[in-house]
Amino acid sequence: MAAAAKIDPMHQFQIAPIGSDSLVASPFQFTNSSLWMLIVFAAIMAFMWGGTKRQLVPGRWQAAVEGLTGFLDNITRQNIGAEGRKYLPWVFTAFVFILFANWIGAMPFGIVPGAHPFTVTSQFSVTGVMSIISFLIVLVVGFWKHGLHFFSLFVPKDTPFVLKLLIAPIEFVSFMVRPFSLGLRPFVAMFAGHILLEVFGNFVVQGLNAGSVMGYGISALCFVFVIGVNALELLVGGIQAYVFALLTALYINDAVNLH
Amino acid sequence: MDLASAQVIGAGLAAIGVGAAAAGVGSVFGNFLQGALRNPAAADGQQGRLFIGFAAAELLGLMAFAVAMIILYAR
Repeated sequence: MAAAAKIDPMHQFQIAPIGSDSLVASPFQFTNSSLWMLIVFAAIMAFMWGGTKRQLVPGRWQAAVEGLTGFLDNITRQNIGAEGRKYLPWVFTAFVFILFANWIGAMPFGIVPGAHPFTVTSQFSVTGVMSIISFLIVLVVGFWKHGLHFFSLFVPKDTPFVLKLLIAPIEFVSFMVRPFSLGLRPFVAMFAGHILLEVFGNFVVQGLNAGSVMGYGISALCFVFVIGVNALELLVGGIQAYVFALLTALYINDAVNLH
Repeated sequence: MDLASAQVIGAGLAAIGVGAAAAGVGSVFGNFLQGALRNPAAADGQQGRLFIGFAAAELLGLMAFAVAMIILYAR
């Protein structure tokens, strides 16, 4: 049996500049992350462009785009109320970007020789910045609308004074953890899923290389498993985008309506 | 015990939390399904809450995973 090569599941998350050798030379470089972000952007543009031709009778494509916008409009309206419309642009942007980045990252572009697909949302710097934007919107809207009264967010109404002393710090901590948890969720979901795919994809190759009947059997099993996990990955990508949009809408609701 | 084996054992122990989160997520969806089958008319309106509960339960599992990764790759 051939010695199995060491599995390196972290390699796929490495950011490497395109056209030069190292990241050291300059902080401003065109990396594979930037390239795939542009690809995601182009895909979103193509999708929206094809569906916003204002046909009187919507075709399939326009129906898809209208379904998407209607879905997000529903999220903002149900969670924030009549004012939710104002915050639809950011919720829509975050949802569509995370969804497209997750799904494009899960596509099997690797079968093209030389192509190195990269999942943009598998970097905490990307999802973290998105969650910080959500958090800043909450802060700005909250202080703009309510002034210093915004701090009453930490103190539930009609609570005994002793309990207020206890609850206020807890609420404050849970409020400050929000940007962290919001960005961690889509990042780790993609990160963990892609590690799993990489490891079991390696098992397929190593089983074939082993050359024994058991090796082929394990390869076949792992191949079926990888297909299943890929399907799960698409589901998780959609759910994470939905959860990000939903939680953003909920947090903005806190700032707008001060529960 | 050298550091490398301690790291691997620690990462494995931290990964137990992912299984606990699996139980949590299963409980969220299972209980939702129970309620939804009893009153299907009200189920659609509660989907937002379903996913909030799912997100809260899942986050803790993801944190366990993040801790496992930090332990495993810490130098």
